[in-house]
Amino acid sequence: MSWTARSRETKRRLDYELISELVPHHSRILDLGCGDGQLLADLMHNKNCEVRGIEIDQAHVRNCIQRGLPVYHGDMLEGMQHYRDGSFDLVILSQTLQQASDPIRVIHTMLRVGQRAIISFPNFGWWHTRLQLLLTGRMPRHRLLPYEWYNTPNVHLCTVKDFRALCREEGLDVLHEIFLAPPARRVGPLLSNWRAGLAIFEVRKADS
Amino acid sequence: MATDETFEIAQASKLGGAHSVGLVETKTWTFEDPPLMLDCGQVLTPVTQAYETYGELSPERDNAILIFHALSGDAHVAGYHAPDDQRPGWWDTMVGPGKAFDTDKYFLICANVIGGCRGSTGPSSINPATGRPYGPDFPILTLSDMVRAQERLVTHLGIDKLLAVTGGSMGGMMALDWAVRFPDRVHAVVAIATTARITAQSIAFNEVGRQAIMSDPHWKQGDYYDGPSPESGLAVARMIGHITYLSDEQMHRKFGRRLQDRDALCYDFGTEFQVESYLRYQGNSFVRRFDANSYLYITKAIDYFDLANGHRSLVESLERAQSEFLVISFTSDWLFPAEQAKELVRALQANGLLTTFLEIMSNYGHDAFLLPNDEMSAAVSGFLTHAQKHVRDQGGRP
Repeated sequence: MSWTARSRETKRRLDYELISELVPHHSRILDLGCGDGQLLADLMHNKNCEVRGIEIDQAHVRNCIQRGLPVYHGDMLEGMQHYRDGSFDLVILSQTLQQASDPIRVIHTMLRVGQRAIISFPNFGWWHTRLQLLLTGRMPRHRLLPYEWYNTPNVHLCTVKDFRALCREEGLDVLHEIFLAPPARRVGPLLSNWRAGLAIFEVRKADS
Repeated sequence: MATDETFEIAQASKLGGAHSVGLVETKTWTFEDPPLMLDCGQVLTPVTQAYETYGELSPERDNAILIFHALSGDAHVAGYHAPDDQRPGWWDTMVGPGKAFDTDKYFLICANVIGGCRGSTGPSSINPATGRPYGPDFPILTLSDMVRAQERLVTHLGIDKLLAVTGGSMGGMMALDWAVRFPDRVHAVVAIATTARITAQSIAFNEVGRQAIMSDPHWKQGDYYDGPSPESGLAVARMIGHITYLSDEQMHRKFGRRLQDRDALCYDFGTEFQVESYLRYQGNSFVRRFDANSYLYITKAIDYFDLANGHRSLVESLERAQSEFLVISFTSDWLFPAEQAKELVRALQANGLLTTFLEIMSNYGHDAFLLPNDEMSAAVSGFLTHAQKHVRDQGGRP
């Protein structure tokens, strides 16, 4: 497993439980960047979901196969390409949106193949991030953003406010917002753009 | 196909004794009635098929896996025919006790394709109408014809529904063909280093191979069985094929520009470079075990292969399929590149089929599927374990 994949794996677990709570029993689920398949395996066994995954890391794909999960080894946009419209109840993207080269296209494709999308991302507006930049004058680096500026896969970081604005511009209804302060404390909507290290949004197309 | 790597591994496993199916023998079965109707409109009868089996069929008859071999393969997948055999079967690294196709768990079957020359009815077989070898009178075959012949064999062996069909390269195409032709007779498909349709480039390579054979004066329009065989033509065909099985990188690493049995260039047309020597060796050893006409018929059958044939699209052609699929490709395979496998996978997904796709990093080119590979073994074994569980969870019959 690559270093980036491993580090993504440890921090992903933070939001697994909360994402699971948003998933109804017997849902059809597609997980983009499904890692070693832990979330999908849980959803399959505990909630009788019909699951599919897309993952780019070969070692992760191997783990998914050992768990008996149907997984597509490759790029997420490419992997969603031929799914028919509305194939899934929910498409999940856990902490990977900021790594996509075309986040808007990813979101629209998610909402083409799925009725709803659950998207989680590190909130760049978190006080910890803001303070680091303000006080040290260096690029923020902490457990949610564990990279140096020169090796980060995070090319499209955003804040909670940015994401809400994007939803408005792209005509998306926000069904749920969940905020987390590390290590795993849930915080309310008040001043969430300051207090949340991690945000989870459930969205759908406004006209659906 | 039998490369140095497989040879070394085989020697090791033979010495170790464990992990080998040991001594095996090829059986044959012949059917006449009803006769096999071919896609070309002709009838082939009688049809003899050489096959081998490994492992035990479960009392529920739910653990059978049919392996399809590739262009130059045969029914001898694993183990040895005699204690002093130099090499084991062609997929011994994958088939045996504790291996990916675990003979302690599964009952494996592999038959030589019709049109072949390794025990099944082919152009070198005796034509009952003339009492002489078929030669050019042998009907043109498709991969579907070969698959339908093997379906008869599976029925003969008392198996209603296979746990899986599998194969690499041409074998993978046949597995896909089975999945759409006999969807209720297979639960899972493992298609490796393969494609849903042959592209112009592959047809082109096959055609050059055929032209090499047909321009050999010994070929005599395919009617050569009472005289010398078109060996030099077949050897050239094999050399061309072999180039497509390797990657540029692997060839460079294995041979580079190194010279064979000499220290300096000789400025002649002898075998100067190691790669030339290797290809000549591959060509010359191939003619000892393969019939030139079989090479023509089988490559032609491959060229005809297009799962979407008769359908508006590949997606539509897979509508009948019901199995779960594992599709594996190799990064350096330029004969059937990953993009072709992905096209297949997306068509399977569009039909809502349980599909897993794995693209394995490998420098060995198309041949990678015949070489030991931990990723491939782990994927196949994990996938089959779950497939068998799914079958048994459904209870009773698979």
